[in-house]
Amino acid sequence: MRYSGLRVIREGLFGNKGWRPAWREPEPKAEYDVVIIGGGGHGLSTAYYLAKNHGITNVAVLEKGYLGGGNVGRNTTIVRANYFLQGNSEFYSHSLKLWEGLEAELNYNVMHSQRGLINLFHSDGQRDAFVRRGNSMVNQGDDAILLDREGVREHLPYLDFEQTRFPIYGGLYHPRGGTARHDAVAWGYARGADSRGVDLIQNCEVTGIDIEHGRVRGVQTSRGPIRAKKVAMIVAGRSGQVAAMAGMRLPVESHILQAFVTEGLKPCIDHVISFGMGHFYISQSDKGGLVFGGDLDFYASYAQRGNLPMVEHVMEAGMTLMPMIGRAKVLRSWGGIMDMTPDGSPIIDKTPVEGLFLDCGWNYGGFKAVPASGWCMAHLVATGESHAVARRFTLDRFATGHLLDEEGTGSQHNLH
Amino acid sequence: MRITCPLCGERDRREFYYYGADDYLRRPGEGAAPEAWDSYLHLRDNPAGITRDLWHHEMGCSAWLVVERSTITHEIRSVKLVSDVQEGGK
Ligand SMILES: Cc1cc2nc3c(=O)[nH]c(=O)nc-3n(C[C@H](O)[C@H](O)[C@H](O)COP(=O)(O)OP(=O)(O)OC[C@H]3O[C@@H](n4cnc5c(N)ncnc54)[C@H](O)[C@@H]3O)c2cc1C
Ligand SMILES: [Zn+2]
Repeated sequence: MRYSGLRVIREGLFGNKGWRPAWREPEPKAEYDVVIIGGGGHGLSTAYYLAKNHGITNVAVLEKGYLGGGNVGRNTTIVRANYFLQGNSEFYSHSLKLWEGLEAELNYNVMHSQRGLINLFHSDGQRDAFVRRGNSMVNQGDDAILLDREGVREHLPYLDFEQTRFPIYGGLYHPRGGTARHDAVAWGYARGADSRGVDLIQNCEVTGIDIEHGRVRGVQTSRGPIRAKKVAMIVAGRSGQVAAMAGMRLPVESHILQAFVTEGLKPCIDHVISFGMGHFYISQSDKGGLVFGGDLDFYASYAQRGNLPMVEHVMEAGMTLMPMIGRAKVLRSWGGIMDMTPDGSPIIDKTPVEGLFLDCGWNYGGFKAVPASGWCMAHLVATGESHAVARRFTLDRFATGHLLDEEGTGSQHNLH
Repeated sequence: MRITCPLCGERDRREFYYYGADDYLRRPGEGAAPEAWDSYLHLRDNPAGITRDLWHHEMGCSAWLVVERSTITHEIRSVKLVSDVQEGGK
């Protein structure tokens, strides 16, 4: 069923009786060409592009809970292409271009809003680093504008520019950055994959991976065994456990990241603002809630909730930056499990097991990557070759020393 | 989350710095193969359950601690001084 404005009017006139479920609820078949473990953003986009770009439709996505119940529905929805390192830069650039056509592509309103992202800086040294980053973004073909303090003030008059701890010197403005509706991205890809014949199987936990003579044969699940010619592990925070089923130990430690939302307010924050020095970032959802967050809780965790010290820290940073939000009531806070790698960059690669592929290590930046990750992972699974923009996301780069340490913080999982 | 330092007693989590899994206690010897370094620095069991990790009592006595902890509930099972658990510890 195609969605359109006319359709909405028509359904409105006829009691909304014509809407159909956006995807089927199929029983798992005994065998597939490709089994994807994990129905998050990346698993669903991989399924979609396998079908769309490569004509591979005998595919199942196995999700232990419900589609979109993982991090894809828990993030703070920032979409940007402001990476510095070669290897990251071209990948996120490709992703942003896919975002820009995503709604037409999926015939689904993902509410992608390019409201502009401003990263604040607070010293001469930080400004120089941002100039360099901005140049690298421009070289990549993306957009970056250096704002001085008055330039920032024009966009964000409500910040406290003179705060004593981190006076604001300026910002790097990325006009094409913004936000999107996270669930809608999962649902849009799910619907697109389903309509091309992919089976989306929910409440189906993978409990084992069958390997014979170094080749993957299928998976064991809570709904019985399923044979597969190829298997893709795309389970974000749970990557360690799933890879262990294939006898692998990954360069991943799972950490908790919290986020917060206030009651709905009238529009007051037009941009995405990132206050890196204070570990704070914020945007306003279309519903009016201020959506904000900070850093990891900094210890390994699978609990999808965090501790109070980080809550306090984030609130303090927010108050330092923009005292005007002090009266807003926080409605909810929650946490998601982040698959942290020691260099902060992801992995899209084959594994030592023939036919078994891995897409993980998204740290806290994997939402913006959903389109390109699916695109590149589908390319890898279909052709056996890494896609040009994901060539550096190898699994062995840690052993060989070809790290992609975007933030330059070193090989400790929680420092990225 | 509160951590009971064997030297200082029960303290708020804010006083401690988390370093990572106790793999860091098993530093490869001189001349070890690159794989050993890769495993030491990067590869982790990353259990959903009981883990042993290293914390530094940064704002207290400055001792390094091995904390046995559930990554699912955040319950802390035991806290020991690294110097007491390390093989060949002083
Ligand atoms: C608070 C927070 C804020 C964030 N903010 C941003 C942001 O602003 N911008 C950004 O780009 N990124 C952000 N992220 C990161 C982003 O959300 C993740 O990197 C990304 O969603 C991870 O990929 P995914 O969508 O595929 O993961 P998930 O949605 O977690 O998908 C993995 C799926 O695998 C399933 N699974 C696990 N084990 C099994 C199994 N054994 N069998 C079957 N299924 C299994 C899980 O149930 C889950 O549904 C944020 C994350 C959090 C938690
Ligand atoms: Zn102490």
